[in-house]
Amino acid sequence: MSQASPVPSSPAGAIPKAATPQAPGLVGVSWVKKLEPVLISLLAVLVAMLLFGGFLALDGLNPMAVYEEMFRGAFGTWFSFQNTLQRSAPLMLTALCTALPAQLGLVVIGGEGALVVGGVAAAVAGLAMHGSSSYLVLITMFLAGATAGGAWIGLVGALRAYRGVNETISSLLLAYIAIALMNHLVEGPLRDPLSLNKPATRHIGEANMLGPIPGLDVHWGLLYGVVACLLAYVLMKRTVFGFAAAMTGGNLRAALLSGLRVRRLLIFTCFLAGAAAGTAGMVEVAAVHGRANASLVAGYGYAGILVAFVARQNPLGVIPVALLVGGISASGGLLQRNFNLPDASVNVLQGILFMVILASETLYGRLDVWRFARRAAAAESVGSVA
Amino acid sequence: MSDVLGAWGVPLAVCAGAIRVSTPFIFVSLGECITERSGRVNLGLEGTLVMGAMVGYGTSYLSGSPWLGVLGAGLVGVLLGAVHGFLCGRPRVNDVAVGIGLMLFGSGLAFFLGKPLIQPTAPRLPAIPFGFWSHTSQVEDALRVNVLFILGVLLAPAVSFALRRTRWGLIVRTVGESAEAARAMGYDVNRVRTLATMAGGFLAGVGGSFLSLFYPGSWNEGLSSGQGLMAVALVIFARWSPVRCLYASLLFGGASALGPALQAVGVSKGYYLFNAAPYALTLLIMILSSSATRVSADQPAELTVAR
Repeated sequence: MSQASPVPSSPAGAIPKAATPQAPGLVGVSWVKKLEPVLISLLAVLVAMLLFGGFLALDGLNPMAVYEEMFRGAFGTWFSFQNTLQRSAPLMLTALCTALPAQLGLVVIGGEGALVVGGVAAAVAGLAMHGSSSYLVLITMFLAGATAGGAWIGLVGALRAYRGVNETISSLLLAYIAIALMNHLVEGPLRDPLSLNKPATRHIGEANMLGPIPGLDVHWGLLYGVVACLLAYVLMKRTVFGFAAAMTGGNLRAALLSGLRVRRLLIFTCFLAGAAAGTAGMVEVAAVHGRANASLVAGYGYAGILVAFVARQNPLGVIPVALLVGGISASGGLLQRNFNLPDASVNVLQGILFMVILASETLYGRLDVWRFARRAAAAESVGSVA
Repeated sequence: MSDVLGAWGVPLAVCAGAIRVSTPFIFVSLGECITERSGRVNLGLEGTLVMGAMVGYGTSYLSGSPWLGVLGAGLVGVLLGAVHGFLCGRPRVNDVAVGIGLMLFGSGLAFFLGKPLIQPTAPRLPAIPFGFWSHTSQVEDALRVNVLFILGVLLAPAVSFALRRTRWGLIVRTVGESAEAARAMGYDVNRVRTLATMAGGFLAGVGGSFLSLFYPGSWNEGLSSGQGLMAVALVIFARWSPVRCLYASLLFGGASALGPALQAVGVSKGYYLFNAAPYALTLLIMILSSSATRVSADQPAELTVAR
């Protein structure tokens, strides 16, 4: 680490692939590799629940009752499950804002800023297109939100590539700047004179809102999230672009030596990441609020970081983890009502979960069963070569 | 009294802000400086700051002594630092990521435990009225200096001395520059880093207690606006020198006070934009002080955040 480089070369937490060295070409152990993250993640969730349970017990509550209630509030009824789905949609998109740059070894934590910028841009676009057909309005809103969010995080990538500015800190600073900018705009130039208590832009119009998916009480934003995760997975795991990204994240010098345009790769990946979070902002405006205001700053950006890390930066893993984290936050209201727990108890659980997941990183390749299997496999391969 | 000073109220308020707002920056950045000198980054100091503010306020309220509150805040910082140090000591655990986790955890826990503290009023830290000679209330206000600020100003050269001239400082710096050399000399790298993180946590916790016990001087959930994180950026800007951390903190305090100061003299246009001033300033400074091709010579070689 003595040389400066446009990209970090050993981002231990962000790049999961290097964690388990496997004997190559052995079909027999590949299922071990596939199962290990699932098992370890489940174990970590269990440990986090135990820790939080202890915390609840100290507070004089019965942890089992609380968990039962949480499950009911998140997945127990059709109504609560739809609530969970609704909350997980923006989480999937903001999680991609961290997970995509992570493929290159970058730790971007400014999804909240891209979401806010995307939401404001989408609202402005929706108002500008007022009177057009609702499809056209929504498409313009999507493009505006994604572009604005993309430019926001793209800037983070460009600063990293050309000035060596640490992306973790710059993305977070830009998040604060984005929120200040939004406050300035909705208090001043963009303010709807009718919004008295909570300054906001004008409403984009009920006809232009993103409606529910037929048969569900969940808006179309959920589909945006799922499709974005699938696309991100295909891009990162099944294309040349994704391979180049993984190569850059795994070994920067090798990537540079093989002639990859690392800077361009980095900026474009950051743009896509920001576009995902910007889309989350667009969805929040178009499907939930109808206007841009301080409600956009709901912490989806920060919860998205948690989702990305728990999913170990795998875009496919983001989908179930977003459901889990969305479920936790959906059950917050119920906990507040039935157990008199403060709304921040959800944050405590999320924080504990986050740290346990990070600590579980150390277990990879260390579970005895796996070590045994790998040793046996290695011995076998050595034997076959000899 | 704004008519007495007129527009001069703005620079005065900025200077007053530099003194008042900078105090948490001084403590957090000095703490982060110690931690980073040992080769580890603690991004979780934001969480420590908020926890410190809550515990400081709670202790002060229950015991009646704000100084006990400051101590309690420092101790909870030590605890959080120990958690960070312990987790990062495991193989393959990334310190930046753990910091982000700690940031979420610390603020969540503080809001959870601090819910009952929003209503009551706790005894606040005393201030020394250096402005007694003036008859202008603004000047008097501006020069009402908190003891913690003075402590912070004295602490900066003290930390600098400790890092440069003492045995402990040498060990911390060795670990930060080359873990292998330190290991070869028989030092437990993880232990030194954990202790450095705990020391940094103590200072960050004290910085947090300033928020709730002096300025703004009450406990609520919007108390910290990212000071803990800005302090991390500030350490990079100060190129890991404790004394430069002090100057940088003063600069940031002044920038943070710009918005409210302008509003006080009637310039309310763009209030929210001025609120973004400290963040924009931090970013600008980072852009100017970073380089894509070379590493600052002052940077601890074991550090990964400011690659």
